[in-house]
Amino acid sequence: MKIQIGGDRCQGHGRCYDRAPDLFGADDEGYGKVLGDGVVPPGKERDARLAAANCPERAIDLLEEG
Amino acid sequence: MAADDRFTEDFRDSRDEELIGAISEAITGPVADWATDFSHLEPEWSADPYPIQDDLRQRCPLAHTERFGGAWLPTRYEDVAAIAYDTGRFSSRSIILSNFRPPRELAPIGGSPPISSDPPFHHDARKLLLPAFTKAVITKQEPATRAFCHSLIDAFGGQDVVDAARDYAQHIPMRVIADMLGFPPEDGPQFRVFVEDLLEGINLPPDERIERVSRLFDYLVAQVHDHIDNPRDDLTTYLLNAELYGQKLAPEHVVGTMALLLIAGIDTTWSAIGASLWHLAKTPDDRRRLVAEPALLPTAIEEFLRAYAPVTMARLVQEDMHWRGVDMKADDWILLSFPAANRDPAQFDRAGEVVIDREVNRHAAFGLGIHRCVGSHLARMELRVALEAWLARIPEFTLDDPAAVTWAAGQIRGPRALPLRIR
Repeated sequence: MKIQIGGDRCQGHGRCYDRAPDLFGADDEGYGKVLGDGVVPPGKERDARLAAANCPERAIDLLEEG
Repeated sequence: MAADDRFTEDFRDSRDEELIGAISEAITGPVADWATDFSHLEPEWSADPYPIQDDLRQRCPLAHTERFGGAWLPTRYEDVAAIAYDTGRFSSRSIILSNFRPPRELAPIGGSPPISSDPPFHHDARKLLLPAFTKAVITKQEPATRAFCHSLIDAFGGQDVVDAARDYAQHIPMRVIADMLGFPPEDGPQFRVFVEDLLEGINLPPDERIERVSRLFDYLVAQVHDHIDNPRDDLTTYLLNAELYGQKLAPEHVVGTMALLLIAGIDTTWSAIGASLWHLAKTPDDRRRLVAEPALLPTAIEEFLRAYAPVTMARLVQEDMHWRGVDMKADDWILLSFPAANRDPAQFDRAGEVVIDREVNRHAAFGLGIHRCVGSHLARMELRVALEAWLARIPEFTLDDPAAVTWAAGQIRGPRALPLRIR
């Protein structure tokens, strides 16, 4: 699974880095950013899904492999 | 350094008229039918708006009123979201619904940038503020906030009943925002008057409303002069030094943003803390669970924000248009109810219930789109610290008299009197 933050949809609510700080961080203005290459480590898929499901702007895309 | 001469008497004299614009007649009194005559200022709404919103969502999802010169009230999540995202057809040049419509020339800046600003100016004014309100920066305020919360609880002494709205919730955001702006902490009681003047004096005659708004303005200009004379590390000095497009900010911009941070930072969070304590006081199962499982608190806070979202915004329709089945006219108001959106069953399971372990909670308490509350990280920190401190010190509490609880009337809703029995 891979995560990405879509284009300009993020408004900096920070729900992703609140819920899944291993997967998401904040830039200097509080907008979310994907940590590393965006590949979700094994065992973190649920965190990724919850982060996406809680984003008020629906800005997080989950890319399932295969 | 040359003296800062932006804040002269001329600037003060020129300001009031430009904010007022067109005046409509104040219409008050009991609502005949909420679908055609709604008013968020009537006691029935402030006491409990949710049954009204639920009814409207079913039978008339875009309610209308002739009050305030004409206004619409969307109650479906999808309509609230569509309006929040459509900044082209719905202007933010006034975000407090009243009997005054500021003139169109006030856009795109508005009276209190960036909340009152439209694109493209909005983006640049907002960008100035964002670095001061990131989660990382706000986290530095947490120890002082926690210590302040404990000092408020210490001051309860041996009382059996305390007013959690008056003696606890309101003081926390007042102190935090005073510290951030660099205002004297003892001015808190004045801030409460400013909040009431701006957000609750909606139907007052124009002269009186101008006079009340001027009190806040005069206070802010005095703070500006104090900061020009004694610059320090706070948001007021930051705004005085900030530049946009190669120039210092216009004086109206500086004072307007100070007003925004002061007003929007206070009764919103005050309301959220109060509403959360009100819920826990009347719901012993939830209270006991949070005392036993403090790690659940951040999840529960999101649910309190959803179910008791304190903030409703306003927009002004730009041009006559047919929108989702209704005929909107230029300069009609929109009462943009995030609380109503947050209780839409089409968006949330068990929308009318408070489910403190709700895992998926895509609520809109802090707005949607480009105007997402710039202080949301601050508000969440204050709310969490206020509830953590309270629950650690006062795990057992109940409503002393449910009928004595009162709620603010207007666009910001939360308890203003909240007597709790704490022992």
